[in-house]
Amino acid sequence: MWATVSSLSHTDPGGSVGPVATQRVELFARDSPLVLESGATLAPVEVAYETYGHLNGDRSNAVFICHALTGDAHAAGYHDDPERPGWWDNIIGPGKPVDTDRLFVICANVLGGCMGTTGPSSVDPATGEPYGLRFPLFTIRDMVAVHRALVRHLGIARLRAAIGGSLGGMQVMHWAMDFPDDLAAAVLVCATSRLSAQNIAFSAVAREAIMRDPNFHGGDYQRIGARPDAGLAVARMMAHITYLSEEGMRNKFGRRFQNGTTPRFGFDVDFQVESYLHHQGEAFLRRFDANSYLYLTRVMDYFDAFGDMSQAGPKLERLTTPFLVVSFDSDWRFDTSHSREIVQVLSAHRVPVSFREISSPHGHDSFLLVIPEYHRTVASFLRRAEARPAAMPAEVR
Amino acid sequence: MRLDLGIIADMVPHGSRVLDLGCGDGALLDELMRRRGCQGQGVEVSSEAFHACVAKGIPVVAADIDEGLPDFTDGSFDVVVLSQTLQATRRPALVLREMMRVADTGVVSFVNYGHVGLRLRLLFRGRVPVSRLAPERWFETPNIHPCSILDFESLARAEGLVASERVVLGADGGPAGRLAIRSPNAFAAAAAYVVHRASGRMPN
Repeated sequence: MWATVSSLSHTDPGGSVGPVATQRVELFARDSPLVLESGATLAPVEVAYETYGHLNGDRSNAVFICHALTGDAHAAGYHDDPERPGWWDNIIGPGKPVDTDRLFVICANVLGGCMGTTGPSSVDPATGEPYGLRFPLFTIRDMVAVHRALVRHLGIARLRAAIGGSLGGMQVMHWAMDFPDDLAAAVLVCATSRLSAQNIAFSAVAREAIMRDPNFHGGDYQRIGARPDAGLAVARMMAHITYLSEEGMRNKFGRRFQNGTTPRFGFDVDFQVESYLHHQGEAFLRRFDANSYLYLTRVMDYFDAFGDMSQAGPKLERLTTPFLVVSFDSDWRFDTSHSREIVQVLSAHRVPVSFREISSPHGHDSFLLVIPEYHRTVASFLRRAEARPAAMPAEVR
Repeated sequence: MRLDLGIIADMVPHGSRVLDLGCGDGALLDELMRRRGCQGQGVEVSSEAFHACVAKGIPVVAADIDEGLPDFTDGSFDVVVLSQTLQATRRPALVLREMMRVADTGVVSFVNYGHVGLRLRLLFRGRVPVSRLAPERWFETPNIHPCSILDFESLARAEGLVASERVVLGADGGPAGRLAIRSPNAFAAAAAYVVHRASGRMPN
């Protein structure tokens, strides 16, 4: 079978945080609900999270990892099988760029997810049935509100850094803009301040695939005992194409056949690339919920960090958090122009920003892989962020 | 710190927002940020120098200034520094134009290839000369566009720039002697200028 992204990248130096367990906490109770950007309220909100390393005495060494669209709280270490580590194990651990010998690392499943944090597959206490599409629409702001509640629950006032790739980077961007005092440093990898028309188009087709599946039942498939597996698998297969690059696919699959060297001339899976996508689609069904996929892709569509400059401008004016922005030259999902736009806006507002486009043939997925120049850049930026005093006086600007 | 960097640092007002093009390992920005209250931003094409800046906590964008400065908006800096960088660019005129787009004040320094020592070495030895400030031989020097003080001043004029300050430097990178002050094109080892647009903002 095909190697997963995380097991592909086992060549990294540094150790593992070892066996870990996902923890759960209820952060918003019935009497103090989460008020969403839409005005809707949500309670209770349960959050699944993991931590690695040790929080120091003055609680100043915490780093928050924001995961991407289909990630989860299990970023590093392993649950049962050391051969199946968390999704970002290659960058988090003792001696690794996000060094758990020095940092206390937190990663939580996002609001609306399906890996332990409250989302559309959770039970609506009002009805005793899964929310389905009755789950309120939420935004990146609401995801960050839940992250912040978790950070406060852990007794941490200020983070040494927040780090995120793709959708994770969008959360970090929002977090820094709305709560500049929360973050001593921000790392955005393969991120964007807003989706392009092409990005939204891909999301739209993915959602159509799910919603047109006869087993979707208007989002009530759980209650009925059905699963829109065909739609969700197609959505994942298509999205996966956007995570790889033309060069990466050519190198990995070319036009090779799955069995033998001659075509079988039929509509069954024949090319290796087809087999790979099928596997990606099938594997995804085991761990992901179709409604979560709808909500989370919609959250991304609506996000526009700098869309309304009358709102964003003043926030950027008082932002002093140093940023590291990294893109990859073969990423066409959020190509380098997305990162450069962030750099331009940050720099125009006097925000200290370091930026680098890294060469890699692996497309958008590069952020999950061990690419030495990339890891080295993140490592030295974080090491520097650690050297900086955790609370920077405002007059430093 | 290189001696000439001290002279260039003196040309940058305290507390200004500075963009250093070809900032190298960030020595100048480090001085400006730590000791002179400046807010610094570097641009550097070399990977090793990029890492050196990140390690020092200096914000740095990895980019080739020969492709312009698309990451920076008009007038977003107080001062742009080109310290011994102009001669290493493929398109010096474009770099000057981009510099004056993102700031009203430019600080430019370069090795003076009009120096008599270099002229004589070329005349008598017939070899492209090297100097203490530009020690690399012709095939290893980053200075692919060597110029003299007269050359730079005529380009600056053609680009609509005026100098509000000029400092001529001796061979050690420190202030030059009397001879160099009287005849800089022949006797200064290097020069540094503070430049502005002659008439307001340039058209885009």
